[in-house]
Amino acid sequence: MTAPYPVLEGVDARTAGQRLINQWLASLNTAHERGQPVAYVFVMGNAVEILRAFDFALVFPEINSLQTGVRKASAEFLAKAEDFGFSPDVCSYVKADVGLMLSNMQHPSGVTMPMPDLAIASSMCNVYIKWAEIWERHFGIPAFVLDLPGKRFAHWQAPAGSRQREADTRWVLGQLQDLIARCEQITGRKFDRDRLAEVETYVNEMVRLWIDILAFNRNRPAPYNSMLDGLTYMGVLNAWRGTREGVEYMRLLHREMADKVARGVGRVPNERFRLIFSGTPCYVNMRRLIELFESHGGVFPAADYLTYAAGGLDSAGIFYDPSRPLESLAEVTTLAAQFGLSNHFFSHHTLAQQAKDYLADGIVYHGIKSCRTVATSMADNREYVSTRYGLPTLYIESDLIDPRYWSDAQIKNRIDAFFEVLEQRALLANAS
Amino acid sequence: MAIDAEAALMTLLERCHELALRNEVPDDEYPEVIGYFPVYFPEEIVHAAGLRPHALYGGGNKIEVRLADARIGSFVCSICRSTTELGLNGTLRGMKGFFAQPICDAARHMAGIWGRNFPRQMSQLLLLPQNANSPATKRYVYDEYQRLRSELATQVGHEISDAAIRASVHVYNENRRLQRELYGIKRDDPARLSTVEAYLLVRAGTRLRREEHNVILREALHLLTERRVHPRDKPRVVFLGGFCEQPPLEMIETIEDACFIVDDDLLIGQRWILADVPEEGDPVWALAESYVDRSAWSPVQYDARKPKGEMLMQMIREARAEAAIITAAKFCEPALDDQLALAHRLNAEKIPYLVLEFEEKMTSFEQMAMQVETFAESLLFQ
Repeated sequence: MTAPYPVLEGVDARTAGQRLINQWLASLNTAHERGQPVAYVFVMGNAVEILRAFDFALVFPEINSLQTGVRKASAEFLAKAEDFGFSPDVCSYVKADVGLMLSNMQHPSGVTMPMPDLAIASSMCNVYIKWAEIWERHFGIPAFVLDLPGKRFAHWQAPAGSRQREADTRWVLGQLQDLIARCEQITGRKFDRDRLAEVETYVNEMVRLWIDILAFNRNRPAPYNSMLDGLTYMGVLNAWRGTREGVEYMRLLHREMADKVARGVGRVPNERFRLIFSGTPCYVNMRRLIELFESHGGVFPAADYLTYAAGGLDSAGIFYDPSRPLESLAEVTTLAAQFGLSNHFFSHHTLAQQAKDYLADGIVYHGIKSCRTVATSMADNREYVSTRYGLPTLYIESDLIDPRYWSDAQIKNRIDAFFEVLEQRALLANAS
Repeated sequence: MAIDAEAALMTLLERCHELALRNEVPDDEYPEVIGYFPVYFPEEIVHAAGLRPHALYGGGNKIEVRLADARIGSFVCSICRSTTELGLNGTLRGMKGFFAQPICDAARHMAGIWGRNFPRQMSQLLLLPQNANSPATKRYVYDEYQRLRSELATQVGHEISDAAIRASVHVYNENRRLQRELYGIKRDDPARLSTVEAYLLVRAGTRLRREEHNVILREALHLLTERRVHPRDKPRVVFLGGFCEQPPLEMIETIEDACFIVDDDLLIGQRWILADVPEEGDPVWALAESYVDRSAWSPVQYDARKPKGEMLMQMIREARAEAAIITAAKFCEPALDDQLALAHRLNAEKIPYLVLEFEEKMTSFEQMAMQVETFAESLLFQ
């Protein structure tokens, strides 16, 4: 058994997670001084395993942007980007990042974000690619676009051994080989398959634990709230993916949750309603949003965000085979794209299944003003799920980090009214 | 003679106008129809299956959106909304299938919306790649086209032969040549052919089998040679922003009142392949290779060989334009993201430009007319 890391000692998993996130952010300050190349990556489809094998320091601009919201600094960054000429209708994450560029990379966390040596944008979100083009122009580096073929339709299947599975995997493998060549060129190092295998072994262990951790919330009461505590857990999963520290953290988290489940301790003292959350959080009012549900005894045991924004690995149901690390990376990346990351275009059945698995009373859709990736068809999805599965649903709208789109009274009214419906349904169910 | 030619041309353009803006796909239409959302779709494979490709360019400013508003976020572009409306109100009930491509995040959702609401129509994403620069790209496009071929074969109940696809490629090659000729006239002799006219002639093809469209284009090109032209002094501009959602015709007319639009990206998917697709060898490979190596550019495709600023400059040079009109449809993230970069590039090159935002459903153009007139005057008197 490895000794625990000092940052993980004597605190709960959420505090330990925040410490790890801060430690990772602080390390970015000096990446170049340490001689580490820097890669900008996104949370969905990033080939982090290859970057770790080349010892890149990882910057997640999405996390930088959401942190501006959490730290209540996003308005200033957004204003800078809009003054520069960006439309109010552009993704607020992109604008916060442009605001950061216009602020000499001084992030509100106190970190001076390093310039990238490499930027990878996957096709899981089209805005990633437009964002990477902004970096190309601003930093003068070529982007690497990783095209991941996702689902083609709702009941998409590409079974192992099928021509379709082979075609998609071959495409991803070809691009990963291109990426390796690019990394070799940037770092001057040769690709090390053994190091990739080691990283994959860590990822496998993290994902095994993560799948369990997600499943702990199938218990009543749910030991954590997916859209609050879960966001910290997922932050560690992303920032420390493929590392020993990441594995240690997931073990700590696993122990804590197993213990809570054994003792029947829930996140909400008197859990009354269990809800699935669909969409991304409102980071600028994250706690307030959760409070509006928890005050009614509502908890989010599951959220689709914890799948797609965590790399989608949990839903692929397979693990890396470190004995053939590169081929296996291509296979798993393809599956994760198809069954985890691209799911929000066809998520109606998955959400209904999630509601069943997590004993949920309803689904909350959070439409994001500036994120068309998750929000475009939510209203249609909601209509389908309510009609087909008879699930109570709520649709609210705000933004990721733009405080101008948070309307407290309106959102509170809608949430209160939704809980009235849930209360009435509960009464009727008890009476029958 | 010239008067007769002009009258014949007007009749042809009226027919194109009616065709171009026709949204209905009745359920008894023959041949059966496969609808696709912009930008590009390999129509040859649909054509070879004996089906009619039907490009979906939204409902324009002639329909009222009533049903779709409840299905789509309020911050989503108009073409997604109006296309969904056309589905929900029964206008597209005769379509056999619907395809969208990963041009943007909103468009990808269209396949999900269609599948949920119109389960009798095949509804899919054709995943054209966003990485055009890998040695593996052409093989991937080939595999995806073969998948499309197989899906369509299942729909029609018979194999789609290489010979049939090759024959379709031949028809489409002619169509592309005719469109290039049309755009050549617009560039070299813009008083002879307006952009609205070229637009109608091109868009009419989205409602016809290409053989019929070729007949129309050949006739139009012939009649245009006989047209009596009255030279006018207007600045030459390029127009960007019409690759997906379409600006209203009145907006193009408004611009043309003051400027010659000597090149544009209107309906660029119809002209995506820039040269003949090889008619020998494996026709699906030829289409895949052409998509990667003989294609246009737009804000919705990443290709390291085609930086957007460079492509705009090339467009301006080749069209001998003196200015640019950079537009974006409301809520169109790809165009909005590029708009600023293009403006910066034009500033650096000291090329005048005008930035406009539009929505397909707009009906008032007075303010835009004033902006365009002021812009054109500044070009003429600079």
